[in-house]
Amino acid sequence: MIELTGAGKSYGSRCVLRGLNLAVNEGEFVSVVGSSASGKTTLLMIACGLLPPDAGSVSISGQPVTDFAPGAAIVFQNYSLLPWLPAIENIRLAVEGAFPLWTAAQHRDQAEKYLHMVGLGTAGAKRPSELSGGMRQRVAIARAFAVEPSLLFLDEPFGALDALTRATLQQELARMCSEAARPVTTLMITNSVDEAILLSDRVFALSRGPGASLSDPVAVDIPRPRAANMIMREEAAVRIRARLFNPAPVEVAAHVHASA
Amino acid sequence: MKSRLVAMSYSLVGVLLVCGVWALLSSVVAPDLPSPLKTWEESRLYILSPWEKRGEMDQGILRMAAYSLVRVAKGFLLAIMIGAPLGFLLGSSPVFHRMFDPTIQVLRPISPLAWLPLGLILFRQSEPAALFTIALCSMWPTVINTASGVRSIPQDYLNVARVLRLSRWKKFTNVWLPATLPYLFTGFRLSLGIAWLVIVAAEMLTGTPGVGGFLWQEYNSLIYSHILLCILTIGIVGFVLDRLMGMAEARLRSV
Ligand SMILES: Nc1ncnc2c1ncn2[C@@H]1O[C@H](COP(=O)(O)OP(=O)(O)OP(=O)(O)O)[C@@H](O)[C@H]1O
Ligand SMILES: [Mg+2]
Repeated sequence: MIELTGAGKSYGSRCVLRGLNLAVNEGEFVSVVGSSASGKTTLLMIACGLLPPDAGSVSISGQPVTDFAPGAAIVFQNYSLLPWLPAIENIRLAVEGAFPLWTAAQHRDQAEKYLHMVGLGTAGAKRPSELSGGMRQRVAIARAFAVEPSLLFLDEPFGALDALTRATLQQELARMCSEAARPVTTLMITNSVDEAILLSDRVFALSRGPGASLSDPVAVDIPRPRAANMIMREEAAVRIRARLFNPAPVEVAAHVHASA
Repeated sequence: MKSRLVAMSYSLVGVLLVCGVWALLSSVVAPDLPSPLKTWEESRLYILSPWEKRGEMDQGILRMAAYSLVRVAKGFLLAIMIGAPLGFLLGSSPVFHRMFDPTIQVLRPISPLAWLPLGLILFRQSEPAALFTIALCSMWPTVINTASGVRSIPQDYLNVARVLRLSRWKKFTNVWLPATLPYLFTGFRLSLGIAWLVIVAAEMLTGTPGVGGFLWQEYNSLIYSHILLCILTIGIVGFVLDRLMGMAEARLRSV
């Protein structure tokens, strides 16, 4: 369980986030939707323990967070693959860090298994610079899942992709989450309400900065598996969209749609 | 291809012009300065049989340059073996940086001519004193570039190291070293340049065989054209060294 209580962050005199209250329950998939530069990445960095908050507190399973949480994995917004290592090595390095007691062969097998799982079985020897944006995204996702995390942090994991690739990877993510060995508690950042509705159990909206804060959560009561094209028309989805951006000004919703 | 030919012909014209000015200077202003032709006449023995050894200080120019290069290589290796780790420490620890940065800034501008006597006192022999001087003068660019390379590792990569829970050693070999490698090589290139500058001073003062030693001996024997031969050799070798390091650096950056 991830819990933020009254968390805030400023860069110098510029207040980015203020009074954030957010809880992600065990095994739950929660999304935060916000427009560009509203402080989404900052929020995620605080939640996962990579960035200490100025105010308030963060705890995971009741323990105050001081470093990157044990059992957690993250997909960064810009992928952050190490450019000097081939794709497979990027994944293997993560596996080695997560399972130090395994043998070298086990590390290798695990890395290959997850590279296959994201459909890149043949691209393992390529460096990130030789991969397309979508392929890099897949490697980053494989790197996160390969450590068999119980906590998953995702920062606009499909942000830089075209609509088609995006839809495919969204379904793959949903599948990987449901097929994971143990239930994965997930906090996802996104700028697309539809993506949030498609994947999440609950959705928060982050207001526009500076001094952004979170809305009350809205539960997504649409049964899984969900299909992207259904979500668009589903009445429940329409209701969720409306609730997310009520009482917030309508223009925020409009902006989010434009960038989705 | 054509544009390269044009560029090369421009360089050639430049060299010819400089030779012209040189010839003019030697015939009009400074009669002691050997003309290009005289320099060639008196140096051809050293250039045409560059590997011949006729005496301790009377050897072909390539052989002399090789002595100097070996000496520079030793001093340079010493410099980067001390300089690179020092740079990593300075870059990674703010405390270490605050402690030693002032000292380094003071030591950095000291001329090789000032270090050499100290080296001779310490080691009582010219060879180690020369290496000591080369290493001490040439390591600073490596130290400073490595440190600034470490400080400018993108936060993203440091976050990755934390997220992947890399051990200290893995963090060093998989993140720090590759991320600072381009800076490290810039440091190496500058250090090698300085090491080559220092060699002449070191050999002149210690009288050891090499281009610098030969230069000083020929000055004392009043064979001025050989001084010019040495100067040209030093310049060309330095240029080639810099180019080679530059090529290694470019290859690294493209990875
Ligand atoms: N290290 C930093 N130093 C100073 N200001 C920062 C820093 N990181 C972020 N900011 C500022 O904080 C604000 C929020 O940044 P953040 O990256 O969290 O936004 P975001 O919602 O993730 O944006 P995007 O949609 O583009 O990913 C921005 O105005 C940014 O300029
Ligand atoms: Mg962001």
